[in-house]
Amino acid sequence: MSPWLVNDQKLPQGRLVLISYLAVAIIILLLVGFWKLQVIQSDHYSDLAERNQVRSIPIIAPRGTMLDREGRVLVDSYPSFSILLLRDDPKILERALPPVAEGLGLDADDLKDQLEQAKLEPKFQPIVIKPEASQADLAFVESHRSDLPVMELMMVQRRRYPHGGMLGSAVGYVGEVSPQQLEKSDGHYRPGDIVGKAGLEKQYNDILEGTDGMRRVIVNSVGKMVRTLDDVEAVPGKPVQLTIDYDLQAIAEADLAGKEGAVLAMDPRNGDVLSLVSQPSVDPNDFAVRIPADEWQRLNTDPQTPLMNRAIQAQLAPGSVFKIIMATAMLESKTVPESTQVFCPGFGTFYGRQFKCWVYWAHTGARSHGVVDLHTAITHSCDIFFYTIGMRMGIDVISHYASSLGMGHKTGIDLPSEEGGLMPSEDWVQRVFHRKWYAGETISVAIGQGAVTATPVQMARVIAGIASGGVFIQPHLLKNFPNPHVDRFPLSESTVEKVTDGMYGVVNEAGGTASHLKLENVEFSGKSGTAQIIGYDLRDRLGKQKQFKDNAWFVGYAPRRNPEIVVAVLVQAGGHGAEAAAPVARDIIKAYYDKKNGHIPTPQSLANGEPAAPQVVKPVSQPVKKPVPATVEHN
Amino acid sequence: MKERSGLFDFDWPLLAIAFAICGVGMLEIYSSTHNSPMHGMQWRQAAWIGLGVVGMLVLSRIDYHGLLDQAPLIYAVGSFLLVVVLIIGHSRFGAKRWIAIGGGVNLQVSEIMKLVIILMLGRFFSEVRTDSLTLQDLVKSAGLTAIPVLLILKQPDLGTAMVLLSVAVVGAFLAGIDWRHGIVVVLLVALVLPIGWHALKPFQKARLVTFMKPEDNPRGAGYQVLQSEIAVGSGGFWGKGFGKGSQNQLGFVPVRYSDFILAALAEEQGFAGVFVVMLLYAGLLLRLIENAQKAKDRAGMFVVMGVAAIIGFHVFVNAAMVIGKMPVTGIPLPLMSYGGSATSFVFLALGLVMSVRSRRFVN
Repeated sequence: MSPWLVNDQKLPQGRLVLISYLAVAIIILLLVGFWKLQVIQSDHYSDLAERNQVRSIPIIAPRGTMLDREGRVLVDSYPSFSILLLRDDPKILERALPPVAEGLGLDADDLKDQLEQAKLEPKFQPIVIKPEASQADLAFVESHRSDLPVMELMMVQRRRYPHGGMLGSAVGYVGEVSPQQLEKSDGHYRPGDIVGKAGLEKQYNDILEGTDGMRRVIVNSVGKMVRTLDDVEAVPGKPVQLTIDYDLQAIAEADLAGKEGAVLAMDPRNGDVLSLVSQPSVDPNDFAVRIPADEWQRLNTDPQTPLMNRAIQAQLAPGSVFKIIMATAMLESKTVPESTQVFCPGFGTFYGRQFKCWVYWAHTGARSHGVVDLHTAITHSCDIFFYTIGMRMGIDVISHYASSLGMGHKTGIDLPSEEGGLMPSEDWVQRVFHRKWYAGETISVAIGQGAVTATPVQMARVIAGIASGGVFIQPHLLKNFPNPHVDRFPLSESTVEKVTDGMYGVVNEAGGTASHLKLENVEFSGKSGTAQIIGYDLRDRLGKQKQFKDNAWFVGYAPRRNPEIVVAVLVQAGGHGAEAAAPVARDIIKAYYDKKNGHIPTPQSLANGEPAAPQVVKPVSQPVKKPVPATVEHN
Repeated sequence: MKERSGLFDFDWPLLAIAFAICGVGMLEIYSSTHNSPMHGMQWRQAAWIGLGVVGMLVLSRIDYHGLLDQAPLIYAVGSFLLVVVLIIGHSRFGAKRWIAIGGGVNLQVSEIMKLVIILMLGRFFSEVRTDSLTLQDLVKSAGLTAIPVLLILKQPDLGTAMVLLSVAVVGAFLAGIDWRHGIVVVLLVALVLPIGWHALKPFQKARLVTFMKPEDNPRGAGYQVLQSEIAVGSGGFWGKGFGKGSQNQLGFVPVRYSDFILAALAEEQGFAGVFVVMLLYAGLLLRLIENAQKAKDRAGMFVVMGVAAIIGFHVFVNAAMVIGKMPVTGIPLPLMSYGGSATSFVFLALGLVMSVRSRRFVN
């Protein structure tokens, strides 16, 4: 026995018992802890466990296609892969970034910037680093799943516009849902969802967008999919059939290529828009993937405003096309006898100021129209005649009739952001400028200048409505548009007859401003307009710079009364309406009738089949030029 | 001097409890790993248990007085080995704890040190003969504890260092520490803690910060604790069933076959399972304390209570960690967690207890 053990029998029993109590107490304490988690907060933790292992992977529903009136595809969708960068693990990410950038052909610094921008978003939310993955990219991701575990693929549905920029302005484009939309949608949208941003994509977004499906999968702690729980299939968006006729659209696009302007063709009997062009335009395919910020900036600041749909948004002076409204107002109001004749010496003095007729500026031929009645005033587009009747009618009568015929009102076309144009009146100057109407202003208004502005779609509807006896229909691009709205302003038969005869004469009578464009077997009628941007005096002083060239208008239709088709053409800085704009209207109306007779027109057949019209006849007509009230300097 | 045979005088109920815990552990190791590349781990654990049992048999045959006689020498060798570890030991998980002893087996010296400190302090406190601990003796025992604790902290292994301290605390209490001294010690510790903070390694600091505010970094250090809590909480009262815990099976629970095995069990067997396991540990501890009460001398009591202190401390810290009430310190659950050194240690410690028990009638 070791010496240190002597007298070592007495044990501290009390303290041992104390320790055994302590041990029991500790065990009970631990059990209370487990009880709290497992019984009291069990539901909460079950929830967390569920969220841990279940991942919901959206299955993107393809957007509906857009078809033309005959079922030809104008817009569709195709599946494509986006490459995502997972950001959960900063360490792996840092290591993997250079090889990922290299493998996918991306700039490593760009990638770092993207990561920097996403810094504030939750770490588990991956970012898209390559929206449109190529086959090689897909192979790269698949083969580096283990050594570069930061890449993931996501299938998306990409919008495709097979005809590029064709119909681009009307179709609009899609893009990622904006933060504001996201908030307003009340959970309907998730970040990154694709929605219609402009044009028909926006207008009919509810029909076009499908319902995304959802695949719920079980994942393990490293995010690897273990098995699928359930699948909710995506419901594809519904197709939208448009009233657009691909053939007419192609011709309109070809005619306007390289120009600045718009074309709108419609069937005034039912409001079907057959073609709608606005140039210059963008290729919506550029927006389908992701538009770089600088490109977007460029498009928005481009002086040619390619994002503007000129057919419904360009509010410009309609020029002489407005004379049809003047003529209608004159006949309907009976404020001026319909037999009125005016002598046009090429200029006239109204309210103490000299106004010139366009013919005064003509380079060849007579510098005056001589004695004109209403019919010749329309066919020759005599300004002096309309100055005179405008003065006699006064602004109240003009604006009442013009407004009743649709000027200054939106047509209600089924596209976002239509503009309404402007029909000035005494009320309007009072309201906006707080002053009285100057009688002299009426003179400019009488020939569609001054403060009068209109959009091409408005002009198409107004002119077709007058030719239809005062029935103004709501234009629309949706084939099954429910009950297009109709405004009726019944016109007397004699008024309609006289005015439409005038418009028929414009094309079909010698001396008509567009008489070189006559069509065989078709009652092609219409009215040209050449709206100046600045006074000719001033323009001559500045030199003939393009930006001050006149805007060319032509609103054509056929047949002479109760037309089946009306075409409004605007060519900005195109010069003379009858030369720059009327041939486009003629091409479309000709194609419309060719098609009706069983020929399929194409831009080529049209160009080859008939020599371009303007060269054929150049009868009496001097270059159709328009004069100008020296005083009016509106754009 | 009559000596009853030690071979059949084992504390059979105590051993039954220990084996029951081992069995539950092996089942849960199986459940946690059978779907992973680590499957079959329960058999390796069985091998460790077997090895431990052999060690226990051997140790139980040795008179603990002989071991206590040699305690200073054992203590010196153990401390020396700790120094060796710091110099030539190799690192795993960022800490130098292992010495390769050939054949691919690595020895964790700090596990052995647990046995060593039990013997050394047992020897020291039984030499204090009176029923009260003088300040001088308290300081001496603190010094004896401090050497291995500091060496282990240097590895760094905060958990094991704390385990050694628990032996000293229980020993000092049983040796009759003056309560005023006790208060002074507590105050001193409170003073030293902030200084000690600076001595901690970054990952230790991270663990402590995580423990204080787990929600700050759900994907980082707090992730383990959170996932453990989710596993425990989602288990509910009856559990999700054997092999059906999603947190466990899908690998969300960290080291679910070892340090966090209680979380895996809590998920699959629920509160009911935890209750049974806790009952087993309570039985184990009370049975150990009973052995201490019946020990023949103070030396035997100190040895048994040293073992009880270590096992109790492990259970408390591990279970509290699993439910997020303690920082993650790498302290396994005795006999349940997978681990060779840890499992062997417990059986060797039980061998010491048997040695004390079999000599309780010896005069």
